Amino acid sequence: MTIDNFTDTTGAAVPLLEVKDAVMRFGAVTALNGVNLTLNRGEILALLGDNGAGKSTMIKCISGVQQLSEGQIYLEGQPVSPRTPKEARELGIETVYQDLALFDNMSAAQNFFAGRELTTPKWMGSAGFVRRKAMVKESAKVLERLQVGVHDPNGPVGLMSGGQRQAVAVARAEAWAKRIVILDEPTAALGVRESRNVLELVKRLPQKGISVILISHNMEEVMALADRAIVFRQGRLVGEAIPTPENHEKIVSMIVGADTLKTWS
Amino acid sequence: MQTSEKPQTTPAPPERSVKEELKKKNPSLVLGLRAVRTGPVLILVLLCIVLFAATPDFLTAGNIANIGIQTSVVAILALGQFLVILTQGIDLSVGSVLSLASVVGAGLFVHAGIGEFAILAMLLVGMLVGFVNGFVLTRWRIPHPFIVTLGTLNVAGGAALLLSNGSAILGSPAIASFLGTGRLLGIPVPVIFTIVLATLAWLFTNRIQAGRWLYALGGNPEGAKRAGIPVKNLLTMAYVLSGLFAACAAIVLVGRTYSGYPIAGLGLELDSIAAVIIGGTSFFGGRGTVGNVIVGALILGVLRNGLNLLNVSSFWQQVAIGVILVVAVGIDVLRSDIEKKIRTAEAKALAS
Ligand SMILES: Nc1ncnc2c1ncn2[C@@H]1O[C@H](COP(=O)(O)OP(=O)(O)OP(=O)(O)O)[C@@H](O)[C@H]1O
Ligand SMILES: [Mg+2]
Repeated sequence: MTIDNFTDTTGAAVPLLEVKDAVMRFGAVTALNGVNLTLNRGEILALLGDNGAGKSTMIKCISGVQQLSEGQIYLEGQPVSPRTPKEARELGIETVYQDLALFDNMSAAQNFFAGRELTTPKWMGSAGFVRRKAMVKESAKVLERLQVGVHDPNGPVGLMSGGQRQAVAVARAEAWAKRIVILDEPTAALGVRESRNVLELVKRLPQKGISVILISHNMEEVMALADRAIVFRQGRLVGEAIPTPENHEKIVSMIVGADTLKTWS
Repeated sequence: MQTSEKPQTTPAPPERSVKEELKKKNPSLVLGLRAVRTGPVLILVLLCIVLFAATPDFLTAGNIANIGIQTSVVAILALGQFLVILTQGIDLSVGSVLSLASVVGAGLFVHAGIGEFAILAMLLVGMLVGFVNGFVLTRWRIPHPFIVTLGTLNVAGGAALLLSNGSAILGSPAIASFLGTGRLLGIPVPVIFTIVLATLAWLFTNRIQAGRWLYALGGNPEGAKRAGIPVKNLLTMAYVLSGLFAACAAIVLVGRTYSGYPIAGLGLELDSIAAVIIGGTSFFGGRGTVGNVIVGALILGVLRNGLNLLNVSSFWQQVAIGVILVVAVGIDVLRSDIEKKIRTAEAKALAS
């Protein structure tokens, strides 16, 4: 198996991803309270909301880290319920988590393939030998193609700058994703220049037929990248808008709750 | 791969030149890192030089063979301990497993008349205790392996005393005697056996997918889970292997002493941990190499042997081992400090 993407943009009527009536409870806390959302093919969808609004919870449910208490996820019209991140990835959904699920003690190449190393012979499963050279070569190719400022696939990730690390994480998602890349505040810990590099990378994903869900607190970033923005507040989807400068204020008021339960589209 | 298309961004400045520049600007930092990264080997070499200067008896063929034989048991234990420490774990039970396996092996050989199959029983005992460690840790969700393996340290240690009535059982299967006392081309077989086991451990941790996962798990447990690595099974496997290595050490010891002794492994768990840590393995998991673990065990062995030759009392030997342990960890801290400094310097250079 190689890292590969395929493009599927032939227009079917069903959205790529649809979440219906999602409810998520943690004991007494209701993190999601009846959310409906759709993600179209080739779209960059911004997921906005204040701290604790339920954004991370939503994407964790889509990417298999947690399971919805109620509701259903549909992928290309088919009901799916990924029970582990692995299952989600097999469905073509890659996630860059807020807390950066990189391995600092390993190289960029090892990070690229962590958990799904190329091995031989196949029948031996996880007792098989890792194909180190092939993995280094593949990851070097991806890093080269994406021009993310990381040149040595053997360099340990722990010694990289925040921007380089995030670039590795996004590049890994880009390389493996077949349908969707989810990014949870990918630039939160980065400087202006480093953010720009990562966002450049995100921007190019739709050209490869990959849809994006982008969680962000940065409105500039959302306006520059996203085709559509939805707003969460206290576990509910409270609004939707095209992120343009004219809509800026509307969106902000939705986030902070000055204008309850009114939707735009 | 995908259709090649030219990215629109201007390429980032090549990283190489940044490193070169750093080397020019801050040569001591880069040099220091190189020295510190050789850590345990440096300590071993220095130790050997000092001992060679202090006593001519140190560098004789006979003494070197002695060091090899004396080190083999701790080295084999340390290989298993290493796999566990890689996962941010610890296995306090290895000494007791060694005791229990030695009693079971010698006991079955002498009393049950199953001959060489006693060896198999020893290996099974090791794997069984290891499995209990791993199973209880992962399925009962006991908060830390320290607690689980402290439990099995006592259970296995007690079982060894119960089975043997607290006294040594004289006897050893031929295979154990060969592995413990044999010679091949003049080289002690326990040394060869240790090298074979170390090679297998090296192969496992460097070339086998499951072995590579130990590093991922130790470096970032949550990340490993999200990367689809079967964390619970992997942890259980690490403890089973640790038990298996402890049983291998028991085989060597039974052969060497021609007996199973219920307190043979007393305190050896601490030696094995010391060897792993002196060998530069991070106690916080995810970092370390098999080669350096063997070096760590050799440092312990050489130190004890040398101080014996110099007639230094075993009390002072203990003090020396303690000092080396702390120095080794200090070096590791220094390493991560320097690496951090280099990282920030690089980031700065890239940003400017
Ligand atoms: N595992 C959990 N156990 C209990 N409560 C949780 C858990 N995960 C999330 N919550 C709660 O659910 C709510 C939504 O959290 P979530 O992390 O989804 O917010 P968020 O929108 O991502 O916020 P932020 O912008 O700060 O990342 C919060 O009240 C949080 O405390
Ligand atoms: Mg969040």
